[in-house]
Amino acid sequence: MSTVSETTPAPPAPLLAFWRDFSRNRGALAGLLFILLVVFCAVFAPIVAPHAADTQYRDNFLTAPPWAGGDDWRFLLGTDDVGRDILSRIMWGSQLSLFIGAIVVTLSLGVGVLLGLVAGFSRGLLDQFIMRLMDVLMAIPSLLLAVAIVAVLGPSLTNAMIAIAIVVLPHYVRLTRATVIGELAKDYVTASRIAGAGILRMMMIVVLPNCLAPLIVQATLGFSSAILDAAALGFLGLGAQPPTPEWGTMLADAKKFVQSGHWWVVTFPGLAILLTVLAFNLLGDGLRDALDPKLKER
Amino acid sequence: MLRFLASRLIVLVPTLLGVILLAFFLVRQLHGDAVEVRAGERGITEEQLAERRHALGLDRPLHEQFLSYLGDVVQGDLGKSYVTQRPVLDEFAELFPATIELSVVAMIFAIVIGLPAGILAALTRGSFLDHGVMGAALTGYSMPIFWWAILLIVLFSNTLGLTPVSGRLDILYYIEPTTGFMLIDTLLSDEAGAFWSALHHLILPSIVLGTIPLAVIARMTRSAMLEVLGEDYIRTARAKGLSPRRVIWVHALRNALIPVVTVIGLQTGTLLAGAVLTETIFSWPGVGKWLIDAIGRRDFPAVQGGILLIAMTIIAVNLVVDLLYGLINPRIRLQK
Repeated sequence: MSTVSETTPAPPAPLLAFWRDFSRNRGALAGLLFILLVVFCAVFAPIVAPHAADTQYRDNFLTAPPWAGGDDWRFLLGTDDVGRDILSRIMWGSQLSLFIGAIVVTLSLGVGVLLGLVAGFSRGLLDQFIMRLMDVLMAIPSLLLAVAIVAVLGPSLTNAMIAIAIVVLPHYVRLTRATVIGELAKDYVTASRIAGAGILRMMMIVVLPNCLAPLIVQATLGFSSAILDAAALGFLGLGAQPPTPEWGTMLADAKKFVQSGHWWVVTFPGLAILLTVLAFNLLGDGLRDALDPKLKER
Repeated sequence: MLRFLASRLIVLVPTLLGVILLAFFLVRQLHGDAVEVRAGERGITEEQLAERRHALGLDRPLHEQFLSYLGDVVQGDLGKSYVTQRPVLDEFAELFPATIELSVVAMIFAIVIGLPAGILAALTRGSFLDHGVMGAALTGYSMPIFWWAILLIVLFSNTLGLTPVSGRLDILYYIEPTTGFMLIDTLLSDEAGAFWSALHHLILPSIVLGTIPLAVIARMTRSAMLEVLGEDYIRTARAKGLSPRRVIWVHALRNALIPVVTVIGLQTGTLLAGAVLTETIFSWPGVGKWLIDAIGRRDFPAVQGGILLIAMTIIAVNLVVDLLYGLINPRIRLQK
């Protein structure tokens, strides 16, 4: 995202071209704006949130939003069953969701690209070893492995994040390896090899930049799936524990009020998850379209 | 093709061993914890603790424990559930058809809608329709399915009263399980209306479970189609005067399906993981709900066996996908 905001400094030409392409995509811009809003909420939650995340207003249990039949303008999105302001809890919860996404994507992307490059370039025993290891990880769905790890180590957000990062790893490794192998057959790679490029140069400078577009797409999808999986664990009671204002955990608390017509308790935390994840996906699509010259030509 | 099959099967051996190793360490850790927890709770002596550990084989060397566990697994012995005292394999086999049924219906829902939607979007690239389909797909992909399930229940079950909230069959009917697949069992029985009841119960859970695969398939089909439509051989096919329909359905789709089939295979994991959430919310009596319940009861043999069996299922599905991949893409097959 830093590349997006730094449009003015040198060297301007490629970045400007990128920004021109990127800003033409209204969906991606909307995604970027929403993410900036979430980041703003996360950073300034202590200032912008109208209430603390865990303050209980005991006269206001399950108050409806004021624009939907409620009577208290202090609680714009209503309150939950113990009188906590839902808007404030969602704002505080944004810290957690961004943190989860960032950690999981950084871990899995970094390690995954490295392993994928090594596997794609070696094509030998090492390749076999890495890919079989990935098959093992791939054989267990992230949520299930996270659930299993939670069963061993006890419910904790840290354990869940590590589990999710490990289990999405195969996607990055496979993707990098497949793209690398595809690129290696092309003439420009042969040309650099004949020109005497070393293995590191071949990996990082010649081939990797040409593999970035699908990786960026995968990373943004990874960001969203990390947030989704962590929320799912929270919902199952296996991730962040109450009273943490994690969005999935909030939903788990709220689901018993659905039948009684207190729809706002369950609607807004889920909407926060959906919109944040959607924003990252829109951004990823926009980045891909702007970064991938092959798609640009068409 | 036989050589291709053999090479894929050989490659599976280390994967299977890896998964068994993982499950072994998982349960070893759990057993150890269980012993300690009980020791702590009841304040038993050191000797009793050692005795317990001996009974569970925890005092033997690690490789011996693994080999004996491996032997058990190969013979199909996954231990007994702490709670029901029944073999884990039996419990799993009993509940698995419910999960398969739900997953298959969800996948059919996803493919039947996702594939045409993706093709349509690719062919009308940049149009209102394309934006609509892709917007919907992106929203579906971003959906927290447990929240989606709650919304659908609120709308279709609580407000409109159209669909049941939980279970596989109305309590009016009693169906003796023969295959375990409710749709088939109800057809085999002479209870009129039972089949419709079973189908009725499948609607919401399979929509919920199929939503993410649907979105992924639609997106993948669209981008694969666009990729293929830009290739030289499509230009050649067009240039030699083939009808647009033949170019799209024979030349383009066949090649575009290659990544799509892979993605459908990869979605099996998503389905089985999603089944954990979906089954929990809809009280669907499958292995996903059973696994979560087992964790809640600290029924470790069930947890370990369940994870091992689910992993093996996914490995088997991936093998089938790999074979299909070779079948539809001769370049891959002939490489080997």
